[in-house]
Amino acid sequence: MHHTHKEIELAERHTLSIIVDNEAGVLARVIGLFSGRGYNIEHLTVAPVDLQGTESRITVVTIGTPPVIEQIKAQLDRLVPVHRVGDLTESGPHVERELALIKIHCKGEQQQAALRIAEAFRAKIVDSSFESYIFEVTGKTDKIKAFIRLMEDVGLVEAVRTGVAALTRGAQAL
Amino acid sequence: MSGKAYSGAEIIINSLVDLGVEVIFGYPGGAVLPLYDALFAQDKIRHILVRHEQAAVHAAEGYARSTGKVGVVLVTSGPGATNAVTGLTDAMLDSIPIICITGQVPVHLIGSDAFQEADTVGITRHCTKHNYLVKDVDKLSRIVHEAFYVATSGRPGPVVIDVPKDIQIFTSTNIHSGAIKHRSYRPEVKGDISAIKEAVEILAGAKKPIFYSGGGVINSGPAAAQLLREFVRLTGAPITSTLMGLGAYPASDKQFLGMLGMHGTYEANHAMHDCDVMVCVGARFDDRVTGRLEAFSPNSKKIHIDIDRSSINKTVRVDVPIVGDVAHVLEDMLKLWKAAILEKGQQSYADWWAEIDKWRERDCLRYAKTKDTIMPQYALERLQALTKDKDVYFTTEVGQHQMWAAQYLKLEDPNRFMTSGGLGTMGYGFPAAIGVQIAHPNALVIDVAGEASIQMNIQELGTAMQYGLPVKIFILNNEYMGMVRQWQEMNHGARYSQSYSESLPDFVALAKAYGAHGITVDRPADLDGAIREMMETDGLVIVDCRVEKLANCFPMVPSGAAHNEMILPDEEEIKEFEGGAALV
Ligand SMILES: Cc1ncc(C[n+]2csc(CCOP(=O)(O)OP(=O)(O)O)c2C)c(N)n1
Ligand SMILES: [Mg+2]
Repeated sequence: MHHTHKEIELAERHTLSIIVDNEAGVLARVIGLFSGRGYNIEHLTVAPVDLQGTESRITVVTIGTPPVIEQIKAQLDRLVPVHRVGDLTESGPHVERELALIKIHCKGEQQQAALRIAEAFRAKIVDSSFESYIFEVTGKTDKIKAFIRLMEDVGLVEAVRTGVAALTRGAQAL
Repeated sequence: MSGKAYSGAEIIINSLVDLGVEVIFGYPGGAVLPLYDALFAQDKIRHILVRHEQAAVHAAEGYARSTGKVGVVLVTSGPGATNAVTGLTDAMLDSIPIICITGQVPVHLIGSDAFQEADTVGITRHCTKHNYLVKDVDKLSRIVHEAFYVATSGRPGPVVIDVPKDIQIFTSTNIHSGAIKHRSYRPEVKGDISAIKEAVEILAGAKKPIFYSGGGVINSGPAAAQLLREFVRLTGAPITSTLMGLGAYPASDKQFLGMLGMHGTYEANHAMHDCDVMVCVGARFDDRVTGRLEAFSPNSKKIHIDIDRSSINKTVRVDVPIVGDVAHVLEDMLKLWKAAILEKGQQSYADWWAEIDKWRERDCLRYAKTKDTIMPQYALERLQALTKDKDVYFTTEVGQHQMWAAQYLKLEDPNRFMTSGGLGTMGYGFPAAIGVQIAHPNALVIDVAGEASIQMNIQELGTAMQYGLPVKIFILNNEYMGMVRQWQEMNHGARYSQSYSESLPDFVALAKAYGAHGITVDRPADLDGAIREMMETDGLVIVDCRVEKLANCFPMVPSGAAHNEMILPDEEEIKEFEGGAALV
């Protein structure tokens, strides 16, 4: 999509929660809508959330101007297997979390530094060998990014992130 | 439930019968042989064998748009399905209810690049309202019913049901009956009453109101067109229509300003630009309609009635959105108007009509008449004049002739004008006319064609002849892809790159080759005779009407221009608008 300067300036980050029928191809429909209409996807998570596995919750973090965000929601709502579309950014306070696994390779002083940083970030060690660790860290996107950035200096090998999962605060469901 | 067991193919055919289907447009192949076998064994559904799957979908569209029913298509896997894609996309953009059943390779072969395998649900995901791949014969009956519900409710559209060959053969006792209640899809038809109230108040306060109606009025059904007529007449306000909405409001009525948009009338576009309240009824602010967005009707309050929430605020921000079915919303508006506004005595809009009359005086559809060559506009005026008392349906192909048809055929009723609006599909008109003629066997069905477009589905002459369909193909033959040529003249220095219709067939001989009748006419004096001959001849007729080759379609809002920057036929200078060449 072509973005004017003004559009980039006005763009907002929104976290959308989409409840869908857990049927074949539903994720392709949702993603296809984003690519087909030129919308952005910053993060995407999806998994069934009820015990029977009939419904899934898709969390999408997207960036767009307010009219584009409104269009995205209306277009999503139009898909036949979509039950509900919630805009967590608009509906008020909510919790957002990501999980990341970060593998590092280091020795000596570097190792000490890595462990200190990991402690500060409350990262868990989920795998280790003589010269390597895998840390598991959860938190907001900024925290995850900061952790990965610090790990780059002490020997980052590779990292993986789940993308954002989010829920509104309080007793109400979407 | 343990009733009788039916094969998947029988389940499909029986479900279609239950749902009131009388006609299927289709083409057989390996992956749908069980379905064709089931068709063979029954006599409730008539199968129309087309000559190309694209035409099957267009025929179903013509059938659907002229009747308000669903159009049903049956094609084989692989190439059958991919050939149908253009038609499905066309139906998607023009919101036409279509059920397209596609064959698929057996379930265990899916994903193996089997013979005639294509990922049909993947390919058609973006050009259908919804699609299904059936992997369990027990779910088949429910899916067919659900597909109908999805295709016809809310904003209508095409739905594909992809059925593997083994599923057509397996049996099941699961037969769905009764209404569909979908878990997640439940479109609303009633509009929000407080929004409707607000709309009525705003409209009542207007000095320069205008109604702008679209295909949604026709899709909503005959009641919507009736309510629109009643409401517009009661208010005394002017009304304009999109291409897709033509006929919903009678063209002969004095409140009707003609079509708006790129090739709309001078009065319609100026009234849209200058109005203070706009009521958009079942239209979607398409780019052919709005012209340059920033300059679109800058000083109006906008009321938008649409059944599809995603149409609202998509390109133009509106003040009062009303999500709902046009007929339902108009009914409520009309009630409120009668109760609250009429009592107090409404405005007469005399000043506004005086302004509009000035624009009307420009007589924007005027054109230079010639003695020796037939002007395309003249041909359509005569076609209109000579057919107006008949039970007539028009379809069109795509190009200049399509726009001229929209301008000069004065459509009085809904469902009488079938054209490819959103996708602009050359080759639509003839198969659509076949579908219309199947639905209305005794009507006069005319495809207004261009010599280039008609060649895109010319093979359907075979279909029309097989079923004895007396479709009339009226070709405005200008020997050019006229619309392309016009844009090349305006935006590309008159370099007519690849837009000349070289090596045209002899259309009269072509008609004869299929056992139909052909007529050539090239002089204005002979035109009426040719049209009469066309109408009086039983059976299919092709009229090769040779028209002025270099005529341009005006008025025109060039790409990138505003409604009040129209080019009229008598304005020699063709302005290039900034960036015009980059726009479509
Ligand atoms: C399938 C398809 N291909 C290409 C186009 C682009 N196109 C639009 S109008 C047109 C020319 C149509 O020529 P003709 O049918 O002779 O109509 P005319 O404009 O001359 O009346 C073309 C090529 C299209 N609309 N559809
Ligand atoms: Mg032509």
